[in-house]
Amino acid sequence: MHRLILNKIVLVLSTLSAVIGISFLFWILATLTYKGVSSIHWSTFTNDLVEGGIRNLLVGQFTMAIIASVVAVPIGMMAGIYLREYGHGSKLASVIRNLSDVMMSAPSIVIGVFVFALFVDPFGGYNGWAGIIALAIMMIPIIISTTDNMLSLVPTELREAGMALGGSKHKIILQIVVKAAKVGITTGVLLSFARIIGETAPLLFTSANNQFFTMDLTEQFPSLTVSIYNLATYPDSESRELAWAAAFILTMIVLFINLIGRYAIRNKK
Amino acid sequence: MAKDKLVMEIKDFSFTYSGAEEPSLRKINLPVLKNKITAMIGPSGCGKSTLLRAMNRIHDLYPGNKYEGKINLYKEDGTKENILDLKKENDFIKLRQQVGMIFQKPTPFPMSIFDNVAYGLRLSGTKNKSELEGHVEKALKDAAIWKETKDRLKESALGLSGGQQQRLCIARAVALKPRVILFDEPTSALDPLSTGAIEELITELKKELSIMIVTHNMQQASRLSDYTAFMYLGDLAEYNTTEKIFLNPEKKLTEDYITGRFG
Repeated sequence: MHRLILNKIVLVLSTLSAVIGISFLFWILATLTYKGVSSIHWSTFTNDLVEGGIRNLLVGQFTMAIIASVVAVPIGMMAGIYLREYGHGSKLASVIRNLSDVMMSAPSIVIGVFVFALFVDPFGGYNGWAGIIALAIMMIPIIISTTDNMLSLVPTELREAGMALGGSKHKIILQIVVKAAKVGITTGVLLSFARIIGETAPLLFTSANNQFFTMDLTEQFPSLTVSIYNLATYPDSESRELAWAAAFILTMIVLFINLIGRYAIRNKK
Repeated sequence: MAKDKLVMEIKDFSFTYSGAEEPSLRKINLPVLKNKITAMIGPSGCGKSTLLRAMNRIHDLYPGNKYEGKINLYKEDGTKENILDLKKENDFIKLRQQVGMIFQKPTPFPMSIFDNVAYGLRLSGTKNKSELEGHVEKALKDAAIWKETKDRLKESALGLSGGQQQRLCIARAVALKPRVILFDEPTSALDPLSTGAIEELITELKKELSIMIVTHNMQQASRLSDYTAFMYLGDLAEYNTTEKIFLNPEKKLTEDYITGRFG
């Protein structure tokens, strides 16, 4: 009898906790939708920040995140392949793996400060490249860890079978092992892209922001997240509304990429 | 026994895993005869798989293992080569093209059925498309899986059933025209029907090549093999014709194992 009551109590408490946890998520989404949707107009997408829109901000944010991915994905994947396939059991590999894990939990503002000291100060001011470098630094350890984990799920027998057919190590890795882990790695890449596209701190004093449309990465570069941060502090209601609209759009983008990563690709398997 | 030709010969072979103090195999002497099926039986941990995996140097995927003695591979012209002397990756590749291996769990690659069979052929330098197609068809026919797969060669091999996947793996190995195929408990993950198909296939393959099979299934060993090696705790306890081993073994230990008194 006593056991049954205890069982009930635990069930009720854990359900309640789950509901509390998830209710905040819905609260945020509901507020964002309520405030954001009413602030979105057609001109939000066609105008640049200087005219009260976010066109240049969206382009800028995606440009930096995409170039950062182009840099970070190959480096991270190759490092992950090294850790799992070549450095297996070696001292160097375990040191790199631990450092990479530490990097993953490094506060993003610290990465911003680091990039500021190396690529902003010596180059005479905020620039798009510095923002890209900061985002890439954030992304690399995530890709390393995903690749490492996904490759570890590929059964050893598959590598041995490739070897038994006369495959050399690099061919087996590239043609069989990575292929077998493709779905997992792609998901990881998408999720890490979703992560960096919503980052503010690494951009705050690297690429900063730009009110105008530009594709020149040596200048200050337009950023959606930094703009939300700035706009929200302005006193006028138009700026506040634009901040809500931008926050809602950013959330939808991140949500969308997450959903693709979690479902669409997995089902394709 | 005298008129049978050797294809491989294991001589005073000892093997120690990387980091282990004691050898896992001690002074093994065992012939592998041409166009015959040799079965290796013995309780878990006796070293049968370890020995099998030494015969195409698949152990070398992990560094630091210690080999002693000789494992000779005889060529068509009668000359022999000690495969333990091989050092370069290219030599390993050539060895594994001559000594293929089938694993316990089917290991189809994440690619089409055609590409699975063509994989080893492409590695060994066959590029010509019609030549590849010919070899793939022949291999699938040899592995008795052509009928089931001829209309779906472009489809992923992962969609096949477990038994079909294992026969695909055999086709993949056969395509390279190896001289020996090593089977490491090839049917232990399969249902009785698929097991029957694989056993039939192995018997058929014996006409073309030589076979070494590790099995935990006594009936399988007695049904399939011409010779049987009984291994115990890293030693070769007894080797003889399968008939002799199963009907009239020399050692009490062998008899006890076969009759199921231990193991």
